[in-house]
Amino acid sequence: MKTDMVIAGVGGQGILSIAAALGFAALDNDLYMKQAETHGMSQRGGDVQSFMRISDQPIYSDLIPKGGADIILSVEPMEALRYLPFLKKGGYLVTNSTPFININDYPEEEKLVETIHSLPNYILIDADRIAKEEVGSARAFNFVMLGAASPFIEVPFEYLEEGIRKIFCKKGDDVVDMNIKALHAGRKFAEEHK
Amino acid sequence: MQKSLLLGVEAIAQGAIDGGMSGVYAYPGTPSTEITEYVQHSKQAKELNIHSKWSANEKTAMESALGMSYAGKRAMVCMKHVGLNVAADCFMNAAITGANGGLIITVADDPSMHSSQNEQDSRVYGKFAMIPILEPSNQQEAYEMARFGFELSEAFGTPVMMRITTRLAHSRAGVSIQEAVAQNELKLPEDKLQFVLLPGIARKRYKMLLSNQEKFEAAAEDSFFNFYKEGSDKSMGIIACGIGYNYLMENYPNGDCPYPIVKVSQYPLPRKMVEKISAECDQVMVLEEGYPVVEELLKGYLAKEKVIGRLDGTLSRDGELTPDMVAKALGMSIEEGMEIPDLVAARPPALCVGCSHHDVYRALNEVVADYGTGRVFSDIGCYTLGALPPYNAINSCVDMGASVTMAKGAADAGLIPAVAVIGDSTFTHSGMTGLLDAINEKAPITVIISDNESISMTGGQESSAKGKLEDICEGLGVEKEHIHVLLPVPKKHEEIKDMIRKECDYQGVSVIIPRRICVQKNIRDQKIKKAAKARAAAKA
Repeated sequence: MKTDMVIAGVGGQGILSIAAALGFAALDNDLYMKQAETHGMSQRGGDVQSFMRISDQPIYSDLIPKGGADIILSVEPMEALRYLPFLKKGGYLVTNSTPFININDYPEEEKLVETIHSLPNYILIDADRIAKEEVGSARAFNFVMLGAASPFIEVPFEYLEEGIRKIFCKKGDDVVDMNIKALHAGRKFAEEHK
Repeated sequence: MQKSLLLGVEAIAQGAIDGGMSGVYAYPGTPSTEITEYVQHSKQAKELNIHSKWSANEKTAMESALGMSYAGKRAMVCMKHVGLNVAADCFMNAAITGANGGLIITVADDPSMHSSQNEQDSRVYGKFAMIPILEPSNQQEAYEMARFGFELSEAFGTPVMMRITTRLAHSRAGVSIQEAVAQNELKLPEDKLQFVLLPGIARKRYKMLLSNQEKFEAAAEDSFFNFYKEGSDKSMGIIACGIGYNYLMENYPNGDCPYPIVKVSQYPLPRKMVEKISAECDQVMVLEEGYPVVEELLKGYLAKEKVIGRLDGTLSRDGELTPDMVAKALGMSIEEGMEIPDLVAARPPALCVGCSHHDVYRALNEVVADYGTGRVFSDIGCYTLGALPPYNAINSCVDMGASVTMAKGAADAGLIPAVAVIGDSTFTHSGMTGLLDAINEKAPITVIISDNESISMTGGQESSAKGKLEDICEGLGVEKEHIHVLLPVPKKHEEIKDMIRKECDYQGVSVIIPRRICVQKNIRDQKIKKAAKARAAAKA
């Protein structure tokens, strides 16, 4: 098995917690993983991405080749499109629908949605709303997103739950349960809309 | 065995801790910062009493590490590539003094300039100093090389460079950790004059360094990290350095590369392996991250060898390597995904909402408009983002501390008033000495130290300037009535403007210090406080 994904967003949106959960899920199950991330200057409200690679075979490159990603997982809709050159044919684009607008020339939302609808395989999910209304914590939207991408990730779903447990265990059962609930909510949406 | 999930930089830190390091010295700089931070947060390092406090700049860090090595203990100094320019005086001479306790200079290069002003390749410096260089290709090697680097350093009595680049620095993977070795005991150098570089002694030491070159090369030949991999297709051989090896193998996922390969992770180049691949193959491709260091060496000025790489356009001359770039060089076709739709707009980094630099630039721009733009010299930090819209406020960003001295030079030329905008930590890193020059000549410059009480761009480390700026400026000789501390908030806009204007009209050195803590640092500090409070409450 092998899953390559680009995780995208805007600096400060917390995409690294998604990567961390996946990382622990992979390592605890003796899978190989590499995850390259963005630090430094671009973290200040700029576009950020993390390349996440999981495999049962050794992985060489920290970067995913263009046209090589199975999934683009983006917590922001415009950022999802920035990485299309990396998406392989038949790959899935999974993105949050809530825009993060900190620039003047942000595209019209309608056109953005239209462009996403024109793609062959996508999940467009309002993770912010689901996190707030269905899960009960706006902060859990990242794991709604991971849940929404989970049907396309070749890592058993239970491993992802374990990964979340590992990240949040110090913060108590409530936080763990909340984020696992978010993971399930995202997955349910994706199963219904894929 | 259970693996730890570590960034490349963290793997180096853990390797150094397990390798018996007694101290790490550094000034923050992307992509090297997290090495020191990892040691600072490591429980193991705390128990072992390993030094990990930040230094004022890379030069002081390098010198302290050399001092620790002098005393017989193992030390690491870490910096980004341009930091080595600051530390270069000590670095070059440390190659002559040699090391006593193991000494590793870890330098993180930033090809493609993700967070830097240039993409200089530190291997050039390593070669310049004529010391061994380690260049890990993955996180596991990074861990092992930190341990091994100390042994290598002590075996030959030489500092060793560990060179990494952004991708490895900031990529995570599982790393197997081995048992830690103990720190060295205090032990002075046997030769009490070893570190005294008077010409007569330096000449002797230099000869020793020269005679060591052969040993360094032999060590690279025998190194566990270098190898020759046979291949059946001799039309080409490939020399893959550091993470260049990964991008090569990425294109042969089953390990079935038909060409012979020399994998290089320890320099000087393993000569016998290079001679072998050159003799066996019709041409040699060099895959290296950064400058064409190896390629140039093999090709020579007259290009007598059939060497291809970055110099002839087989690979891009600049920027970091990517798997696709290497695939193209190997003649493989790649199927890229869809193009980026036109509606996707650039999202450059920006100053945070509520950041004090906003208040400084808003006021400064209004004042400078009256004198004419093009007179604001700035420096390296978050405030460099003042160069971008909406402010377009600054006209230079060159090297740490250059704002002050470039303003002075421009004022010397007649550009009056000239303004410098520098951060608190950049000022104590390398701005202070320049300020002294300006004071000694009573240069008509206005220095704005935009003080957010933190080294913010790299993640909010403690600034060595904290609580000391006014005293430093006064001590250097700025007149007290021309040192001002202000609170940069929107409602003080007019007050800040008036102050800048008043000091711009003064024909001497003035220092204005708008001081308000970095908004990100403040959030982090509050979180830490809250957590500490919760822990205390739980104990009670």
